[in-house]
Amino acid sequence: MMLECRELTKWFGSKAAVADLTLDLERGKIYGLLGENGSGKTTWMKMVAGLTKPGRGEILYEGHPIDWHDKAKIAYMATEPFFYDFMRVGDVGEYYEAFFPDFDREKYGKTTRSMGLSSEMKVRNLSSGMSAKLKLAATLSRQAELYLLDEPLNGIDYKAREEIISLILEEAGEDNTFVISTHLLEEVESFIEYAVFIKDGHLADKVNLESERMKTGRSLTELYTDIL
Amino acid sequence: MDYNTGAPIYLQVINELKKKMVKGELKPGEKMPSGRDLAVEYKVNQNTAARIYREMELKGYCFTRRGIGTFVSEEENMFQDLKKEMASELLANFMHEMSGLGYRKDDIIDQIADYKEDGENDA
Repeated sequence: MMLECRELTKWFGSKAAVADLTLDLERGKIYGLLGENGSGKTTWMKMVAGLTKPGRGEILYEGHPIDWHDKAKIAYMATEPFFYDFMRVGDVGEYYEAFFPDFDREKYGKTTRSMGLSSEMKVRNLSSGMSAKLKLAATLSRQAELYLLDEPLNGIDYKAREEIISLILEEAGEDNTFVISTHLLEEVESFIEYAVFIKDGHLADKVNLESERMKTGRSLTELYTDIL
Repeated sequence: MDYNTGAPIYLQVINELKKKMVKGELKPGEKMPSGRDLAVEYKVNQNTAARIYREMELKGYCFTRRGIGTFVSEEENMFQDLKKEMASELLANFMHEMSGLGYRKDDIIDQIADYKEDGENDA
């Protein structure tokens, strides 16, 4: 198993944002992380990425307690924009290269160009769709094993969403794993292998979508309504 | 491609590829997209893409040369069979639905003989 979370819990004051969350992720799969706002999806991602410490419980990577070495193989993309306004597209590449040893500058250049972003463009002037593409291009240019994408499809138009999905599907393979949180169920339904349903900080269900369609003919929207 | 969200995706893609073969958009012996390109084109994951080719190979619709790629079958007979098979599937569904409405085979044949396609009525 690539990643195992055992009874993971995180409190903010007296409220548990993540509560006894037990979840396994396999290599070579795409997971959809689904749940209402405030259900704990982002907090879970941040704990796995090492940005916030669990209050209780443990995270195993390839069978051993996760350490800084493993965390370097995890690429987390936050919902909120995280580049400085004064930067140009090219600067973002330099910034990432300085931060992450697994960053592939050439790939970043190629990906940004293919999406219509030139290195001279200022981050400040980008549309929300362009900005979302830039964020994803930077994240996917890391040669990570586990990609945690928090709401990559939020707040952008249909065409940009399709481009982002194509980019994800080009990168996803048998050696890596993707976790994508989203509320846009119809957009991700055809390519997500497992839907992970989170409710009040714990795992409500994990469903293999293709098996579910075979067995019960339920769509993702129907599952969502039934489970959450 | 618009999917029926309540049915297995891999079967829907296989059906689409079969149609392309029957229509000649995929020709005998032609190289098929790589698993990755298939995944992007049909918005499926790599495992689904691999499953699609595996199932199609089992049925003899295509074959894989290791390290080179997947190719459409070169058997001309296969294309004829495929066309017949897809037609009889459609027909079986149609007959099933019509008999559900209470039509008998003779009535259906009469209806088909009288059937005008869209636009013919306006002419």
